Amino acid sequence: MKKSTLSDPFKEARESKGFGEMDDQNDPVVMVLGHKDVRKCAHNWKTFQSGGDEVGRIVVPSEVHIRNTRQIPFEVDPPEHKSYRDLVEPWFKRPLEANYQAKLTQIINNVVDEALNKGTLEVVEEFALKLQSRALTLLLNIPFEESDLWISWGTHVFRSEDTALDGDKANILYDYIDAQIDKAIENPGNDLYSVLLASEINGKKLTKEEVKGVLILTFAGGRDTVINAVTNAIAYFADHPKSLQRLRDEPEILNTAIEELIRYFSPLTQMGRVVTENTHVCEHAIKAQSRISMCWASANRDERVFENANDVVLDRKVNPHVAFGFGTHNCLGATHARQIMKILLTTLAEKVGTMEIIKCKENIEDLDEFKRKVGFDSIHVTFNKL
Amino acid sequence: MAKITFITSDNETIVAEGTTGNVMELAVKNKVKGIDGDCGGVCSCATCHVHVNEAFWGAVGAPSELESDMLEFDDNVSDYSRLACQLQVNEVPDGLILKVAK
Ligand code: HEM
Ligand code: FES
Repeated sequence: MKKSTLSDPFKEARESKGFGEMDDQNDPVVMVLGHKDVRKCAHNWKTFQSGGDEVGRIVVPSEVHIRNTRQIPFEVDPPEHKSYRDLVEPWFKRPLEANYQAKLTQIINNVVDEALNKGTLEVVEEFALKLQSRALTLLLNIPFEESDLWISWGTHVFRSEDTALDGDKANILYDYIDAQIDKAIENPGNDLYSVLLASEINGKKLTKEEVKGVLILTFAGGRDTVINAVTNAIAYFADHPKSLQRLRDEPEILNTAIEELIRYFSPLTQMGRVVTENTHVCEHAIKAQSRISMCWASANRDERVFENANDVVLDRKVNPHVAFGFGTHNCLGATHARQIMKILLTTLAEKVGTMEIIKCKENIEDLDEFKRKVGFDSIHVTFNKL
Repeated sequence: MAKITFITSDNETIVAEGTTGNVMELAVKNKVKGIDGDCGGVCSCATCHVHVNEAFWGAVGAPSELESDMLEFDDNVSDYSRLACQLQVNEVPDGLILKVAK
């Protein structure tokens, strides 16, 4: 097996019963595994709720004990969800602008050049985290230098090595965001903090707590996911030099290649919902007030939808993956994430001849019944110029 | 060369002409409101949902199973729903009229 391979630990459970079970801090989760069932549950927001009173409960592992601020629009259900979403949507489409893309290209060029000059480096900390943090300054529209601080936090703002969730670490981020909001109140600019502080929904200004809810989500939702996508892409092209050559020869497959890599990587394994009424999933009884999760990673390997689901098929034309979720809460950061992947792949094809994985430590999520590799804790790679 | 008319939800009419690529790409190029094409045309976002004018339905044809599964959960589905990214410009009938779903 190649080092970049991400196998599918859900296959047997998905094909035999359609769900899996996971304990999470004594608040068990029924994991929905099939593609069709996942889409059905994501669509049915009345029975499978994101809002609810227990903030943090839809995240797996649950953040109930470490967070009180409601993430917006993520932990809000329709119809309120739509007001928030409509408010932030245009801002999160800015990555489509030429000016944004030019700056992102500059950032990614620099990271790749640095890697080529250095030769060998640890990709998670020295490449992916840097790229992700610097790119985030564009999304927030704040000075580039701010990324130095985020990079210094390391990859595990929320998770430490020994415990899955670390309240102290989460507080670093929450305190930081509080301080940034206060700064923006005193000295408003064109950044996301200021724009949100000046916004209204139904004639009412957003509160500080609401602004904080959007920002926490922007930081948290876009960090590990992007880092995993970038790191896995480097590992994949290191293991498959012919694929990198193919991007050079057939640039027209760039879009299908990006969607396929995102499907295969599924950087966010699952997301939960709280069940509002007694119901069934895959003929399995589910009680009101319990939790389910939609396992995007499993759905994306469903052979009923994806032929050769465990292969990366760079020109897969019909690819209804759910790596960015589905329906109401589909990923708000997808435009940003897709631009990062587009520019990264283009830059690699332009500048990098081959890459070689020297050594790596896999990042395996422990989901009780399943162990899923989602990426790497560390991976040393040598970059060779084209 | 196919001539395609897009009617947006606020009743703006845009006539576009093209020879290659898919209909979503043509719409995005012509800035048709309500067609975003977020996934670039791989049938995974449904931001290219259109209603085919009834007169052209026979010539355009029904969606594949994967496409219709995608449409099943979308708002405003009709018997004439298609995803524009799954229609090739050089395969659709000339003069085609599409109503943007969003
Ligand atoms: C490859 C990278 C990414 C992946 C795979 C990913 C995946 C997802 C998924 C699966 C959901 C659906 C969650 C649900 O249904 O409850 C989601 C929602 C969301 N994501 Fe991402 N994400 C990525 C990058 C980002 C980035 C870069 C940001 C922002 C900086 C972001 C912000 C959000 C937000 C705000 C939501 C909630 C939207 C809503 O509730 O309406 N994501 N993401
Ligand atoms: S562009 Fe995404 S489904 Fe058509």
